[in-house]
Amino acid sequence: MTPQLAIFFVLAALAVLGALSLIMQRHPIHSALSLIVVMISLAGLYLLMGAEFVAAVQIIVYGGAIMVLFVFVIMLLNAGVEERTNVSKLAGIAGIPLAVALLGFLAVVIARSNAGADAGWQSGALANTKEISMMLFREFVYPFELTSFLILVAILGAIVLAQREKN
Amino acid sequence: MVPTNYYLILSAVIFGLGVVAFIFKRNVITIFMSIELMLNAVNLAFVAFSQARHQSDGQVFVLFVIVVAAAEAAVGLGIIILTARNRQSLNVERVDLLKL
Amino acid sequence: MLLLDHLWIIPLLPLLGSAINGLLGSKWPNKAVNSVALGTTGLSFLFAVEAVREFLSLPQDKLPFPPQHYFDWIVAGNFRAGFDLQIDQLTVVMLLVVTGVGFLIHIYSTGYMAHEGGYYRFFSYMNLFMFFMLILVMAANYALLFVGWEGVGLCSYLLIGFYFLKKSASDAGNKAFIVNRIGDFGFMLGMFLLFRTFGTLDFVTVFQKAAPMQPDALGHLGVLTVACLLLFMGATGKSAQLPLYVWLPDAMEGPTPVSALIHAATMVTAGVYVVARSHVLFTHAPTAMLVVAIVGCATAIFAASIGLVQTDIKKVLAYSTVSQLGYMFLACGVGAFSAGIFHLMTHAFFKALLFLAAGSVIHAMGGEQDMRHMGGLSKKIKWTYMTMLTATLAITGAPLFAGFFSKDAILLASFQSENGGATTGHALYAVGLFAALLTSFYMFRLIFLTFFGKQKYDEHHVHVHESPWSMLGPLVILAVLSIFGGWFALPSFWGGPDYFSNFLAPVFGGGESAAAEAATHALELPLAGVAVLTALIGFVIAFWLYISRPGKADALAKSMSGAYNTLLNKYYVDELYAATVVKPLMWISTNVLWKFIDVGGIDGTVNGIATSAKSIGDTVRHAQSGNTRSYAVWVVIGALVVIAVIFFWPAAGLVSGMVR
Repeated sequence: MTPQLAIFFVLAALAVLGALSLIMQRHPIHSALSLIVVMISLAGLYLLMGAEFVAAVQIIVYGGAIMVLFVFVIMLLNAGVEERTNVSKLAGIAGIPLAVALLGFLAVVIARSNAGADAGWQSGALANTKEISMMLFREFVYPFELTSFLILVAILGAIVLAQREKN
Repeated sequence: MVPTNYYLILSAVIFGLGVVAFIFKRNVITIFMSIELMLNAVNLAFVAFSQARHQSDGQVFVLFVIVVAAAEAAVGLGIIILTARNRQSLNVERVDLLKL
Repeated sequence: MLLLDHLWIIPLLPLLGSAINGLLGSKWPNKAVNSVALGTTGLSFLFAVEAVREFLSLPQDKLPFPPQHYFDWIVAGNFRAGFDLQIDQLTVVMLLVVTGVGFLIHIYSTGYMAHEGGYYRFFSYMNLFMFFMLILVMAANYALLFVGWEGVGLCSYLLIGFYFLKKSASDAGNKAFIVNRIGDFGFMLGMFLLFRTFGTLDFVTVFQKAAPMQPDALGHLGVLTVACLLLFMGATGKSAQLPLYVWLPDAMEGPTPVSALIHAATMVTAGVYVVARSHVLFTHAPTAMLVVAIVGCATAIFAASIGLVQTDIKKVLAYSTVSQLGYMFLACGVGAFSAGIFHLMTHAFFKALLFLAAGSVIHAMGGEQDMRHMGGLSKKIKWTYMTMLTATLAITGAPLFAGFFSKDAILLASFQSENGGATTGHALYAVGLFAALLTSFYMFRLIFLTFFGKQKYDEHHVHVHESPWSMLGPLVILAVLSIFGGWFALPSFWGGPDYFSNFLAPVFGGGESAAAEAATHALELPLAGVAVLTALIGFVIAFWLYISRPGKADALAKSMSGAYNTLLNKYYVDELYAATVVKPLMWISTNVLWKFIDVGGIDGTVNGIATSAKSIGDTVRHAQSGNTRSYAVWVVIGALVVIAVIFFWPAAGLVSGMVR
């Protein structure tokens, strides 16, 4: 049991527990906090893999911006404990089998695949951030510009949607 | 070193849990959060493959995924606010105007 | 040479008459219809005579006269059937009989049907019948012959059901057509087999190819035997032999001239004609010949026995026709084809005469057909009586009348037949002789009941009057033919040539007269004497039962009531057929074909498609529930399917190296 493996298991357990907690909690704010736990542990896993930039972006954007947005909306809407309605029959019947099937599929596929190579700790030879930025601004510059445009549109959309009715 | 398979299995598990939450929860915000959970699981897989192949493509893509997830969250939450105001409820099963 | 190149004129004239009368004649007065119908038929007869004259004056090197090809009717791959007409000695005989007797019957009909409704329709159908019959006898291949065959069946149906408003008449028409169809099925199979064996249906080619073939052994079902048996099956239907004779007695529902023309003189002889025409094939198939002979003989006696007790004057004659046709088939079966054709010709004369005279009696009695209500008519309708007596003498085989020569020739040939052993021949002779006895009996019974004895009808209701000359004229002509029509064969009795069989020798080969000529003459006179003796015995018995002791017949009937009733009810054959064939068929038709296949299967499929479309729609409707969570589940299901396809279906070829 190398140190990396141990850290991996810890972080993985944390992530899974967080996800489970998201499902089990009844108040949305608790689910949001569980999601934050999951994201932080995932950031840890990215760091373990040697992808520092992604780990940083994960915490800053996901954890710092998106989840904050979620928490604010929950506060705004005064979300309470979830009601226990059960209108959809299909979800009740097919839900668990589907989830099991999906998991099973993925597990089988992964188990059969031969991508068993180690994910290595990249040394400075592949200086991560520099490498990413080289790619981002050379091959992927066009999608990059488009995503900025996308964000602009999203902002506009959010403002239009959330403004008060003009009486 | 941690074998890539482990990361993939973890990704699959988290994705599966996201699907479960997507099906079983009734609060629309929680469902939205489960979508974010699924996206995160996919990001994990991308980064794992990227490191396995010693290429940065996967991580660049992760960036884009995060950006898009942000935009989607913004707009989606806007819609949720509107719907919640209209229907006075955050239960997704109350949103059934398309029912015959 | 003129007419022989244009043989098509002969059948076409009656067709023209039929078309004119049928399409335009509904508003015409009787005289106009007459002139068209009689004109075309008479012209056809004259042209036939002219064609015969031209044929007989052909020099020896032009014979046999090749078939005249007028146009290609069917050309399909290897198969070619043309509208080919031929004329040879056999056709000459048939032509003259058909056109001559047909013309006389047309003349008779103008008088008989004068007061009936649908006058134009009657003559249209009669002319149509003449057309088809002429096609039948002049055809040079089996396909065209079959056209005529079917056509005469059609006209028979139309004419039997002439009084179509009467249910029994239309039923009788149906019965005739349907029973004929059964025979036609066999005929068609025979034709198919012949085509498959010889590659063509033309008479000339088929007979040329068949002649050098090895005859099939007795009991062996070779190709020729099977083909001949199938053709004979068709003949049993058309010529009313066992077991397909049942339509002929019912066909008496039609007007009497129809019975005379179609069911005595011409249509029913088509079967005999086909067997005679195919004699080359039949002589190569001894089994088939034996079957023909036995069936013919059995029919002769079977029908004669039924005719003993019938009370309707036309029914007696109908059974008599069946019986006499049996004789003709017996002749063909034992190889005496020219004797069979000879009997066909003489039978046409006296049977047509019998029917026409019976029609005259019925006309005189104002529509009465039951012999038990007649009696003592001989003084009142003299001409009818005398012509009918002439015909009766002919049919029973009184010496020097027409029937004597022909029936005698048949019995002689069957006595000498070697096919199936000499005892078979002797048995056939004995049965045929007994049938002759029965024939004599029932014919004289008919005469005595109708024309002699006490008057059993009411004078005030029935005004017995003689028929007009339009009806009596043909009777007289046919009576003359019934007397002299057989004299062709007279010289053979004192060692001279038999003109009739010599005339037909180029068609049938001289074989039947050459070798056995000497032995024939030794036996001919004694056997003729025996035949005359049996006819005389029949006459005496009839005389005794109906003239000397009038009550004896009824007493005898009562004492043998079981046998009497069986004969009166025609051996219950119709009931047997109804129970074994008709009823199961109707049951199958109703329950299997109609309810199960048509309503259940076909309608069910069509309706079922509609119903299932509706129910599928009804079921799938629930997928659109408006419930978001259900939609979410469907999304996940879709994702699962896509993943499964990508990873587990190699044909999709999307992810090749990933899955081991």
